[in-house]
Amino acid sequence: MGELSDTERLLRFALAPVEPPRALGERVERGLTLVAGAAAEELADWELKAMRDPRNWMRPVAAVAVGGAAAGALVLVRARAHHRARPGGLKALDRGARDVARGLRRRFER
Amino acid sequence: MEKVGDTAELDAEFTALYRAHLRDVYSYAYYRIGNHHDAEDLTEQTFLQAWRHFERARSEANGRPLRPWLIRIAHNLAANYYRDRARRPQTGLEDAAVVSTPHETEQLVEGREELRDVLEGVAALPDDRREALIMRFALGMDNREIARALGRSEGATKVLLHRAIKQLEGALAARG
Repeated sequence: MGELSDTERLLRFALAPVEPPRALGERVERGLTLVAGAAAEELADWELKAMRDPRNWMRPVAAVAVGGAAAGALVLVRARAHHRARPGGLKALDRGARDVARGLRRRFER
Repeated sequence: MEKVGDTAELDAEFTALYRAHLRDVYSYAYYRIGNHHDAEDLTEQTFLQAWRHFERARSEANGRPLRPWLIRIAHNLAANYYRDRARRPQTGLEDAAVVSTPHETEQLVEGREELRDVLEGVAALPDDRREALIMRFALGMDNREIARALGRSEGATKVLLHRAIKQLEGALAARG
């Protein structure tokens, strides 16, 4: 970019970056954690519904999926307990729940 | 096959993206909408939506920066905000830069008026021109990033910025 015109200098000053309020960061992290948790619960519901469909019983992976669901529930509980212990952390993006979700998806898609 | 630890890596990358660009998204939202309250809502919604699509965006980005993608999400949400509520950006910005910068009293009054004229001029521009200026001056994005955020070519973006500045200059000159 070449030399700035007067208008560009004014624009740079007038449109200075705005610092977000501290509370906003916490609010966004809380929202992300909730959404991640809701996604994991939705997947768990979907998995239970899938198991009610007899067509899925014929699939050789069904037994593995049932085991996976049980293990998944444990991890989900662990993830929630972990989240409760450390509220507000984006790191607590329900990592365990997402791992379970992905694992279940893979098993069903096989 | 998925790599071991890919989820952890994904979360870590999203965390880094969020931390690096919270101010960018908030600044964009604030100058786009004109008040802190709605800018906070827009910022939150932007990151929630970004999280939902992050895995795909990351794979499609091929290592390119994700800031334009984030700002594009904010841009789309802001467009919905105006469409749903039939609003225009507010010109009475609670302009942090004007208020927080120390000046002598006379300069302050003069400077405030000048900057207020600029902000009102920006708010009166057509949407695409206003957005391009916000991305360039509030976020410091280059032509390539702005082009990606707006879904235009770099050439078209350069022209857009040029015209935006010229139109603003004309409007400021007309005010005297």
